[in-house]
Amino acid sequence: MKPSTISDNFPDTPSKRNNASKARLLLERLSAHRAPATLMEVCGTHTVALFTTGVRAALPECVRVISGPGCPVCVTPLETIEKAIGFAHRKDTVLFCFGDMLRIPGVHETLESARAHRGARVKLMYSPLEAIEYARREPDQSLVLFGTGFETTIPIFASVLMRAREDNLRNIFLLSAFKSIPPAIKALLSAGDSAVDGFLLPGHVSSVIGVEPYGFIAGEYHLPGVIAGFEAADMIEGILLLLRMIDSRQPEIKNQYTRFVPPEGNPRARAMIDTVFVSRDTDWRGLGTIHNSGFALRDDFRRFDADQLMDFEIPPVQEPADCICGEVIRGRRTPVDCTLYGRSCTPSHPIGPCMVSSEGTCAAFYKYSR
Amino acid sequence: MHDKIHLNMGSGGLASRELLEEVFLPLLGNEVLNLLDDSAEIALGSERIAFTTDSFTVHPIFFPGGNIGTLSVCGTVNDLAAKGATPVALSAAFTIEEGFPIADLRTIVHSMRDSADLAGAQIVTGDTKVVGKGVMDGIFITTSGIGRVLEGLHIFSGGARPSDLIIISGTAADHGVAILNAREKLGFNPEIRSDVAPVHRIVERISHLGPQIHAMRDPTRGGIAGVLHEIARASRVTIKIVEDAVPVRPDVRACCALLGLDPLSIANEGKLIIFTAPESAETVLECVRKLPEGKEAAIIGEVEAEPYSEGSPPVILETSLGTRRFLPLAEGEPLPRIC
Repeated sequence: MKPSTISDNFPDTPSKRNNASKARLLLERLSAHRAPATLMEVCGTHTVALFTTGVRAALPECVRVISGPGCPVCVTPLETIEKAIGFAHRKDTVLFCFGDMLRIPGVHETLESARAHRGARVKLMYSPLEAIEYARREPDQSLVLFGTGFETTIPIFASVLMRAREDNLRNIFLLSAFKSIPPAIKALLSAGDSAVDGFLLPGHVSSVIGVEPYGFIAGEYHLPGVIAGFEAADMIEGILLLLRMIDSRQPEIKNQYTRFVPPEGNPRARAMIDTVFVSRDTDWRGLGTIHNSGFALRDDFRRFDADQLMDFEIPPVQEPADCICGEVIRGRRTPVDCTLYGRSCTPSHPIGPCMVSSEGTCAAFYKYSR
Repeated sequence: MHDKIHLNMGSGGLASRELLEEVFLPLLGNEVLNLLDDSAEIALGSERIAFTTDSFTVHPIFFPGGNIGTLSVCGTVNDLAAKGATPVALSAAFTIEEGFPIADLRTIVHSMRDSADLAGAQIVTGDTKVVGKGVMDGIFITTSGIGRVLEGLHIFSGGARPSDLIIISGTAADHGVAILNAREKLGFNPEIRSDVAPVHRIVERISHLGPQIHAMRDPTRGGIAGVLHEIARASRVTIKIVEDAVPVRPDVRACCALLGLDPLSIANEGKLIIFTAPESAETVLECVRKLPEGKEAAIIGEVEAEPYSEGSPPVILETSLGTRRFLPLAEGEPLPRIC
C-alpha cells in the first residue's frame, strides 16, 4: 500500500491538508536553489520542529541550517544550576522549576537525583502562577522560583511577583536566569568569526518583543532575518525569504509569522517585564558574559531576590571535559563533531546541557537524525 | 544503570526497560516472562489462558473520563484483550491511606463494577490493606485477570512480519493529556477526556481473521512510540508510521504542541494497536470502525522489508513533507518544555 492511501484513511481537516500542500509547493521552489547558504535559527522550538516536521531532511544540500543559542536550558550557566540545587537542599525551602531543568547535570548531581536520593525539595511547575497558591498554603516555607526562559515566559513570572507584592506574600523568591535573544545574536556577530548568512528568528519570543529589536542584524551587519512560525510551511517560507534576500543582497528583517507576531509585539507584556525587571549583563553558558542580555529585579522588587537566602556555598564549577556544547551553541561545530556525542553522552546519560534539554541541539540530533 | 530507583524507571520508556533487563529478567526470567507481552499465555489442559497483573496509581484519582477504579479494571482487561483473550475473572487488591474518604472509595468501586460489567468479567477475589497516614498518597489498586484466548488467535509482540499494516483503534494521546490537564490545572479544553475503556470487543470482532492478526498491544505508558519500539525489537522488524495518518484530536494536538510533547509518546487507556496481514487490513478496519469505540480507527503505517538491526532506528516516521525521521522512544516521564 502506498503512503498516500494510508493518509487517505485519516479524515484530516481541510486546513491541515492546505498546510501540507503549501509546504510541498514551497519546498519545490526551494529545491531549485543552488547557491550555498548557512542559516542560523535561535529558538529551541525551531531546532526541534525542523527535525520533527521533516523540513531539515527536505532542504537542498547547499542550504545548511545551524542552531544558535536558542535553548534556555542550554545557555543557563553551571553556577546557576548549582545555586538552584543549593536552594532545593536548603532547610524549609522548595524550588519550583520547569521540567526540562530537572535533568541537567550539576557538579555532583541533578535536581532530579537530588530530589530522589537526598530529599531535596523540587517541584516541577507547569506555570509559575502555581507559586501563589503554594506560598499562601505553606507560609513557613520559602518558595524559590527558578526563572528560566526568554521574553515569552518572563511576563508570567513578572505577574507572579506583582501579585505577591500586592498580597504581601513574603515567602516567594526568584532566581533569575532569564535571557534576551537579540543581545546574544549581537554578541555572536560582533565576535566577527561568524559564517552565518541569515537568521531564522523565533516566533514565540517575537510575539512579545516585536520586529524592531532585530533591526541591527540588517542595519549594522547587513544580514537578513525572518521571524518564522513553527509549521513546516512557516519554516520553509522563512528559509525561502532568507535565501531571496541573500541572493538579492538586500538584507531586511521580515515577519513571516504575521498571524501571531504583530510588528510592535505585545506592549502590555513588555510593560509587565519593565515594571519588575531591569536589563543587566549576564553569563551565557558557552558564550560568556553578554551586555544587557539578562534581567535583574528592580529596586521595588529586590525583596524577592533569592540571592538573599544564600546561606550555602556552591562548589567550584568546571565545564565537563571534552564537551563542545559551547561551540555548538555558537553554531561553530555540530554535535557529531563531539567525541562524547552518542557514546558517553546520550539523552539518558547527558553530560553537556545541549543533550539534556529536549530542545537542545545535541538531543534533537540524537533523537531524530541517527 | 543508577544504584537507586528513579521515578522515570516506572514510565514505560528506556529507563523502565533497563530496570527490567538488569534486575527482573536475570532473576525471574523464563520462556513465558521473557516474551514481555501484555499478558502471559499458559495452557491449562486444552484451554489457552491469558493471565496478567497491573498496579495503578494516578493523580488526580478522579479525572475527566474516569477514575483510578475505571483505570484498574480497563487496564487489566485490555492487557488480556491485547493477547487475544476475552476476560473471565479479575482480582482487585487495594492499598489505602488512613483517612481516605469512604464516599470516594465507594465511587471508585462503583466504577470498577461498571467497567467489569462492560467487559463481561467479574471481580471474584480481592484484598484490602490500610497504611498509616502519610505512608502513601491516597489509594493504589492492583488488579489481576485471567481470560480465555479466542480460538485461532496466536498473538505475540514478536509476531509482526514485513508488509504487515498497522492499525490504531482511535485517537492518540487522549488519556495522558486529560490527566496532565486535570492534574496541573492547565486550563485547556475540559472536554479533553481520558479514553479509558475496555477494548476486548474490538478483539472479539476481528478474531475470525485468526492467523491474519500478527501482533496487538494496548499503547499505555510510553504511548504508540513505546509499543512500536517493543514490537519492532521483539519481531526483529523495522516499522514505518505515516505522521498524518495518526488520528489526534485537534485540541489534544494543540495542547501537546504548546507543551512540546509528542502525541505518539503519550499514554492511551482505551486503544489497541493491531498488526495485520495487508490483505486483511481493510476487513479489520471495517470491523473495528463498526464499534463506537473504534469509529476513528485508521491504518497508520506498515512493517518495512528492512530487517531490524541493533543500533539503527527501528521505527521511522514519515512526515507530511514525505521525508523520513527516527521516531524516538521516550526517555522517561515526558517533561514539558520552557516556552
